[in-house]
Amino acid sequence: MSTANNDLRNTNGQSKYKVIGTRPVRHDGVDKVTGRARYGADIHPSGLLYGVVLRSPHAHARIRAIDVSKAAALPGVRAIVTNKDLQDPGNRVVELGEGAVNLRHLNHNVLAADKVYYRGHAVAAVAADSIHIAEQAAALIGVDYEVLPCVTDVQAAMDPKAPLLHADLVTDELGKMGSRPSNIAKHFRFEKGDVATGFAKSKVVVEREFKTATVHQGYIEPQNATVMWNADDHITVWCSTQGSFTVRQQVAELVGVPISNVKVVPMEIGGGFGGKIRVYLEPIAAVLSRKSGAPVKVVMSRADVFEATGPTPGSYMKLKLGVDASGMITAGEASIAFESGGFPGSPVGAAAMCVFACYEVPNGKIDGYDVVVNRPQMSAYRAPGATQAAFALETVVDEICEQLKIDPVEFRLKNSAKEGTRRVDGPVFPKIGMYESVLAARDSDHYRTPLTGKFRGRGVASGFWFNIGLKSCCTATVNADGKVSLVEGSTDIGGSRTSIAMQLAETLGISAEDVVPAVVDTDSVGYTDVTGGSRVTFATGWAAYEAARDIQRQMVLRAAQVWERKPEELKYVDGGVSGPNGLRMNFQQLAAEVQKHGEPVVGRGAVDPEGCGGAFATHVVDVEVDPDTGKVEILRYTATQDVGTAIHPSYVEGQIQGGVVQGIGWALNEEYFYDNQGVMRNSTFLDYRMPTALDLPMIDPVIVEVPNPGHPYGVRGVGEVPIVPPPAAIANAIYHAVGVRMQELPMSPPRLLKQILAKKN
Amino acid sequence: MAKKRVVSTTINGKAVELLCEPRQTLLEVLRDNLDLTGTKEGCSNGNCGACTVLMNGRPVVSCLVLAMEAEGATLETIEGVAKGGDLDPIQQAFLENAALQCGICTPGFIMSTKALLAENPNPTEQEARFYLAGNLCRCTGYDKIIRAVLDSAQRRLSTQAAAQGGNHSS
Amino acid sequence: MRDFDYSAPTSVAEAVRLLNQNPGAGRPMSGGTDLIDQIRLGRHQPDLVVDIKRIPELNILELSSRGLRLGSAVPCCRIYGDPGISADYAALVDSARIIGGIQIQSRASVGGNLCNSGPAADSIPSLIALGARAVIAGPSGMREVPVEEFCTGPGKNILQRGEVLVELRFPPRAPHSGSHYRRFIPRNEMDIAVVSVGAVVELEANGDKIRSARIALGAVGPTPLYAREASQILVGKTPGPEAFDLAAKAAQAITTPIDDMRGTKEFRRHVAGVLVHRALEECVQRARKLA
Repeated sequence: MSTANNDLRNTNGQSKYKVIGTRPVRHDGVDKVTGRARYGADIHPSGLLYGVVLRSPHAHARIRAIDVSKAAALPGVRAIVTNKDLQDPGNRVVELGEGAVNLRHLNHNVLAADKVYYRGHAVAAVAADSIHIAEQAAALIGVDYEVLPCVTDVQAAMDPKAPLLHADLVTDELGKMGSRPSNIAKHFRFEKGDVATGFAKSKVVVEREFKTATVHQGYIEPQNATVMWNADDHITVWCSTQGSFTVRQQVAELVGVPISNVKVVPMEIGGGFGGKIRVYLEPIAAVLSRKSGAPVKVVMSRADVFEATGPTPGSYMKLKLGVDASGMITAGEASIAFESGGFPGSPVGAAAMCVFACYEVPNGKIDGYDVVVNRPQMSAYRAPGATQAAFALETVVDEICEQLKIDPVEFRLKNSAKEGTRRVDGPVFPKIGMYESVLAARDSDHYRTPLTGKFRGRGVASGFWFNIGLKSCCTATVNADGKVSLVEGSTDIGGSRTSIAMQLAETLGISAEDVVPAVVDTDSVGYTDVTGGSRVTFATGWAAYEAARDIQRQMVLRAAQVWERKPEELKYVDGGVSGPNGLRMNFQQLAAEVQKHGEPVVGRGAVDPEGCGGAFATHVVDVEVDPDTGKVEILRYTATQDVGTAIHPSYVEGQIQGGVVQGIGWALNEEYFYDNQGVMRNSTFLDYRMPTALDLPMIDPVIVEVPNPGHPYGVRGVGEVPIVPPPAAIANAIYHAVGVRMQELPMSPPRLLKQILAKKN
Repeated sequence: MAKKRVVSTTINGKAVELLCEPRQTLLEVLRDNLDLTGTKEGCSNGNCGACTVLMNGRPVVSCLVLAMEAEGATLETIEGVAKGGDLDPIQQAFLENAALQCGICTPGFIMSTKALLAENPNPTEQEARFYLAGNLCRCTGYDKIIRAVLDSAQRRLSTQAAAQGGNHSS
Repeated sequence: MRDFDYSAPTSVAEAVRLLNQNPGAGRPMSGGTDLIDQIRLGRHQPDLVVDIKRIPELNILELSSRGLRLGSAVPCCRIYGDPGISADYAALVDSARIIGGIQIQSRASVGGNLCNSGPAADSIPSLIALGARAVIAGPSGMREVPVEEFCTGPGKNILQRGEVLVELRFPPRAPHSGSHYRRFIPRNEMDIAVVSVGAVVELEANGDKIRSARIALGAVGPTPLYAREASQILVGKTPGPEAFDLAAKAAQAITTPIDDMRGTKEFRRHVAGVLVHRALEECVQRARKLA
């Protein structure tokens, strides 16, 4: 793998790029606007059966017995499965690409073994000739539950007297395993310097407590899986997923076949945001198919998506920040407890790594707690953990700025993390763009326009998310007409196949339209890690770059043969090969030549890059609050972000706008509402309130480019950090509008009004 | 089980006869019986708009229409929006404004936009947002979608103006 | 989905017959936007769905000097297209425009919204405020019921087996009067009302004093409520914050809100008062504009 090629970047910032930075129409666009694109639930193999999952009505219960006899007797029922039909993978932890997963827990989450840990936990499944028969049959399955007391609140779950979910779960207490069972799976700590000394040097210290609610990624497409288990134990899975290779691994482990027996065909995917990496339905559909001998399709209902996939944790946090008289941070302390759901493994670690990451914090102490509760197993949601952490820190920063009478933007510039800053959890930042993103916010038209009017306020907040590298592969074949077929394995949730094609095109000196990208199944391309962690444009783009370089080398060799020259005399430049005495063939001519004589030209890229940069963003929001009802209107929103290099600016803008709006929903109205039986009452889009088009203004993204020196085209991941600042920015804006500091998410009208009225009295 | 019945309807200009059960929704029948999978299922209770089709010219959520009710009705789905090989200006505008990311909500939005522009050929941003409040998108934050809708309106108006201009004698 | 049979009668008599024949097992369907979901969830378990949309009398939309006749199957989208109705029955149009989104309004009818009898139904406070009466056909013949007596509890109403709502009849708008429906929701559309108010205010000819008023509240009790005292307290008063405050407090006094996932008791009670103010203000403005 070659190192970053600096020749492609111009030092004075002018783009030398021909393709990168332009806005071609995406290659899969026509299919998507005509309804031809096939998403996971759109497939109908012949002989298809329909599967329905039976789920626990109880938040916490022991399963005494499951009686399937009545269901099995219903005409049209072809197979019924429970956890017994899965393979026990053992108590092993594997990396799934956006976090590690315990395979036994995964097995028990997919189909409950002896206990159910949340309402909606899958208990059994039926495959039948029609969806209606399958539903009827599922209702006929008798499950004998011993209902147990439940605990759904993270603080309550940490209490030693709380109902215990797992008799064998002890706390990993700062590296030492505890002796008594607990709902606290892990307590870890990061430290830097000495916080006591640091706070002693502060002029102002603010300490606050925060609570945030469980929220869901809210992808419009429910989970789906269609699986055919062939008689030779080769399994084909069609599904919508963020990671076909991780699905392959999870399915293989859970049903007990070698991974190469599983072929995952990724269909188009209707949104993921981190929630479509773990499997829920694929192993179930697989064992239903094995038992029935037919392909089986299982699709979740929207209620099941809310109750039984992987929302992202609610939290209880304490945050303390100390700042000296000159406005420099002297110490920061955080305690972050995350719900992990029915099994351990929340993203609290990432939250702890991000909480102070935007700033130079000389003394820091961060305690993190991973706590099981009777809610669905928590999952990643776009920068998992960072939004909660930023809500705590950035609102405390705002309070301190007010007390010290420092402009919030100036504070961030003063304290900004830079190249060489060491995070509290240890890593040292390479070249990053935090400072630049704050400058861009300060210099934005929005920030320079004064806000006038009653009950209006402006808030600022920053955020950070790391981006990951991980493995990607590409194969690129030169066709006789001079176009290139590019095959890759990163499922395309937001236009990435085009961004990847653009990097290949740029390297070869051809147009984006002359690349034909395809996202293919796990048998057709090399191992590729998930579409997540803001890694696809970075890593799979790099793989495409490598494949293009490979093609360049082969083209040079072919031209050398044709001209009877030595390859060292020739150069690949400007979309073709040039040699001495004006020798020149452009790409099309070379392609024709390749077709005429000699072996085909196929480029290969297989990468596992280091050098990914972190992403920083600074947001500015203006709100108006109705003081009589607590309703918040977003008047104007500007999001600046260091994106490294914007390969396709429209899709970079789109990632920013989409993340911001998810953050707005998280800030204002989204939450899981549980009753005291541990039942989620609002598992519909009616009462799980995501923003509609009428709730928002246009969202202004300001793209800042501080190219990542660790990537051939300077790419940084962009997709996740936009969701990090909004709740804090909006909380700060609300304060400046009506003088109330909110410490709980969502800042819904009843909560905000309560604080407004309390302040009045 | 209630007997299946024949429903005679028109879909994208074509006469269609279907055999279906009373309990099947129009969404189910489009996707499973007719393989018209462009219309998507997001929530099954009318709250996301991904299943929007036009029924007698009006936008409806097909998850809350019984297939039986389509008897004698004129239906338009996303598959019928492009005429021949040509994309509709709405589809073109969505593509050029990058108004889709995952694309799952796009058919629903295009159908609603079609209905909006038939009723209000030159909507303001607020009118467009109000009309489209029943179509959820989770990827885009709506910004580029609204721009595409307003752009669609302009494209249609200039196509019409050009057509009329060509018919005037000077 | 549960198995059921389907019928689309073309006369009132036939609809009544179908609904009467199976004990409790037939349900009328208008727009279906509530019923189909409820069947899917198992909340209603009909054996027969009687689609009433093909019955001509139930599709009447007629404005005359005698008032407004609104057939129970008329979808919301037909209501707000009409300028006469928008002027004289503004509250009804306010409601029709915000029940669900556009797609719901293509199908859902006000009659169906009333028969669904949700405590937070968007049309019912307007119907009550506008003095609408429900015209019902059944095995024993026709009867009329003022809308404020129609709902008896969450999802429950006075319809007996075999009965179907045929139309809603509204009296003509009094001169110098204006109506408005306003609700509080956390987003800007697509939510169920957390609190709502429908109101009509009639001014004296010179516009200085309130001649009569009808205020109705939604989502603050087991059914939508007619706020009789709040309405009567306004008679003879000068329109303005003082009078509205009296009405708001009287209205708040009859509310029995609950804590649920949409709001708390305190929030609903407080906002009910705020909405009464705002609705009355708008009614008075409209009354003056139309005069």
